[in-house]
Amino acid sequence: MMTSRSPIPSAPWLLAGPGALFFFGLVLLPLALTVILSFQAYDHSTGIQSTFTLSHYVTVVTDGYYLEIFWRTLRIAALTTLICAAIGVPEAYILSRMRDPWRSVFLLVIIGPLLVSVVVRTFGWSMLLGSQGLVNQALQLVGFAPARILYTETAIVIALVHVMLPFMVIPVWTALQKLDPMVEAAAWTLGASHFTALRRVVMPQVTLGMLSGSLIVFGLSASAFAVPALLGGRRLKMAATLVYDEYLQELNWPLGATIAIIVLVANLCIMLAYNRMVETRARRTLG
Amino acid sequence: MQKNGTIALTFHVLVLAFVLAPLVIICLVAFTPENTLSLPTTGLSLRWFKAVFAHPDFMASFWNSIWLAALSATLAVAFAVPAGLAISRYSFPGRDFLNALFLSPLIIPHLVLGVAFLRLFALLGATGSFAWLVATHIIIVTPYVLRLVLAALSGLDRSAEQAARTLGAGEWTAFRRVTAPMILPGITGGWLLAFINSFDELTMSIFVTSPATVTLPVRMYMYATESIDPMMAAVSALMIAITAAAMLVLDRAFGLDRILVGQR
Amino acid sequence: MAFLTLEGVSKEFGTFTAVRDVSLTIDKGEFVSLLGPSGCGKTTTLQMIAGLVEPTEGRISLDGRDITREKPNRRGLGVVFQSYALFPHMTVAQNVAFGLEMRRVPQAERDERVRDALMLVQLSAFAGRYPRQLSGGQRQRVAIARALVIAPPVLLLDEPLSNLDAKLREEMQFELRRIQRKVGTTTIMVTHDQAEALSISDRVVVMEGGRMTQVDAPYRLYEQPSNAFISSFVGKTNLLAGTWRRNGTSSAADIGGVLLEASAPEIAAGTPVTLSIRPEKILVRDAGAGRLEGRVASRFFLGSQWLFTVETPIGTMTVSTPNLGVEPATEGSQVGLDWSPDNMRIIAGTAAAA
Repeated sequence: MMTSRSPIPSAPWLLAGPGALFFFGLVLLPLALTVILSFQAYDHSTGIQSTFTLSHYVTVVTDGYYLEIFWRTLRIAALTTLICAAIGVPEAYILSRMRDPWRSVFLLVIIGPLLVSVVVRTFGWSMLLGSQGLVNQALQLVGFAPARILYTETAIVIALVHVMLPFMVIPVWTALQKLDPMVEAAAWTLGASHFTALRRVVMPQVTLGMLSGSLIVFGLSASAFAVPALLGGRRLKMAATLVYDEYLQELNWPLGATIAIIVLVANLCIMLAYNRMVETRARRTLG
Repeated sequence: MQKNGTIALTFHVLVLAFVLAPLVIICLVAFTPENTLSLPTTGLSLRWFKAVFAHPDFMASFWNSIWLAALSATLAVAFAVPAGLAISRYSFPGRDFLNALFLSPLIIPHLVLGVAFLRLFALLGATGSFAWLVATHIIIVTPYVLRLVLAALSGLDRSAEQAARTLGAGEWTAFRRVTAPMILPGITGGWLLAFINSFDELTMSIFVTSPATVTLPVRMYMYATESIDPMMAAVSALMIAITAAAMLVLDRAFGLDRILVGQR
Repeated sequence: MAFLTLEGVSKEFGTFTAVRDVSLTIDKGEFVSLLGPSGCGKTTTLQMIAGLVEPTEGRISLDGRDITREKPNRRGLGVVFQSYALFPHMTVAQNVAFGLEMRRVPQAERDERVRDALMLVQLSAFAGRYPRQLSGGQRQRVAIARALVIAPPVLLLDEPLSNLDAKLREEMQFELRRIQRKVGTTTIMVTHDQAEALSISDRVVVMEGGRMTQVDAPYRLYEQPSNAFISSFVGKTNLLAGTWRRNGTSSAADIGGVLLEASAPEIAAGTPVTLSIRPEKILVRDAGAGRLEGRVASRFFLGSQWLFTVETPIGTMTVSTPNLGVEPATEGSQVGLDWSPDNMRIIAGTAAAA
């Protein structure tokens, strides 16, 4: 296992080769096939044609029905990201200031649900938010009229925030762990108030973690399936549920593939933009 | 160090309530004696848990998911460990590409992977087989194992391995006796994480399962869209219990925060 | 003229008492070190002065003003942290300017004071760099400049040299003293390194288990340690346990049957005592010419001096002699050890073994 000095350049390929082949066949190939599929013509009676067309892309970007769903997807994902940041960043900070064992225990409680199936968590919210759910009962107790929450965008956002919160807490927590706890104290001794120390010394170093968290949350929210499928009902579709319907109900695979490819490309664009931003930032601060 | 103030702690309690609320409600409703989704106000009952165990579809899907998760996690380890060694120990043309390829399922939405697999299988005429389902899950969980293996390898003190070589161990022996035991926690943690992720996966699986290979999350999703009775709550409660048990094992053995947060 | 005063200061963490009844008066312009092994409460004491830890009991006052409960950002003390705690996202100049910014010092004056502070620590050329582009010693000097630029009444240094390598540490010791002399700021330094404390302080405060056990000038601390722990913690020493004997006017300690003369205060005969003699106070003579016979068990050459371990009837003694340019007694040879009885210290009380 010697390093790069090894005279046989074949060794790494022998090690990684089987996996690489497997990933080639099951990641790159299917994706390429799907891209091709998105350009293939479709006929409602005879199915997928072997002729190529741009019509699906044209349909998706001109038809108000699809545009509305894309717009809703973006809106919900953005709102989810904002709320996750507003909750996750302060929570990570509060966690980081706790003493062990509380710190580890609460960190587990906050990020542990990550491992519970999304179906389960979404089902929990559908019970809480239903017309007879706890939230409505509480609202009535305080004297409000029962609100219809289930099958609204509000329900989707609430459940998405719940599902995505760990993805925000984790990178912010990691950034806070790298922070020398004495740095904040140093700012105090130099005359900074608690708030100023937070704003001028802690926040700038957490920003990167918050950005990467936001990105993950946005990407996952925009392509989330279970939450809108179970809490959005028939009418409130998002990109993922739309693809599901095109594939398994309408059976219009090429159109579904088109939407899926748009979701993928949008996702990759955000990632690349983010990487570039991180690199510039890193270059600026690290020189 | 300054302690958290009252406002901070209130905020913290509210966040905890938000995080735990849906899980707690599931566990409560699962014990209801009623026929509808309601809190057990008149006493606790195990009738819905019994219903789950008597439900052949749920049980079949449960065992299907267990086998699927165990197989795909194991095979993911088989791919990820050598790949991790190649990526962390050698510099060769295509290394960055390989790394990106192996980690790509993390940034490709599962939805997209699902439709892509569906297309491939349709062309191959391979829909519905368990083996292909395992293959798709390997793709999804390998990145988790690889990340932990890479973290373990990069945190490794190479001099221990070099010491073994100077003491007369061959390359393979040095790996087996020194390196492997040192990265074993990373591998085991990766396996468990892979298992849980496979066991929970819905979005991709919904496109590639056939009636014969329906996984538990897919079964639950289908059940939830069709009927609403407390059996769903009972299954969910069982899922939470299984996950919590796995979490405890992970945490005791490796520190869950380290695995999830991705630090060594 | 007491400038900084600690009166009966204690700190409890739950049931653990980190600092117990510390009273200390420090004059303006003084350089005082808090010296002790890890866990002795020295850092907690410093943090209480800085306002980062609130005392459970006692009172701290600065220039006549009670600051015991004052927030750290109102005290205006300069603190240099062990990890330096530089702000990684700010340049050297921005780091140093931070405290002035908090005080709303006008831009022009701020720039000037930052420039002066960087000149003082000889880092003018590095103003635009980020902390991670600097070496350990440079980072440390940035931390000092950042603490000094706000013209604090007191400078607090928490193990300022512990993260530096040995050679740099020695350089920085003198650098630190030079800067402190130049600006004349009252300085308190926490350290576990006795050499560091002795070489740059006006006074050294020794702490053990949360208590102050001796406060003295470095020279007096070295020559007259108040207990066995200090005598072995501050410098090297030979500790000899025995019993006090009186014989008419003369008195001596009985160490395992060997009588060693020592200048004695009033100690009753039969009292167990501990004698301490520093290795450099012992002279190596020819066999039969000293007060004690011995055999050289090992010999180490340290450049400026020789270090011997000598087997004697009262135990193994450590002896160091200056390198005078001729080779001294070899391993295995018989030698006589001699010293001036004035240098044989009697450690107060029964004094446990070292």
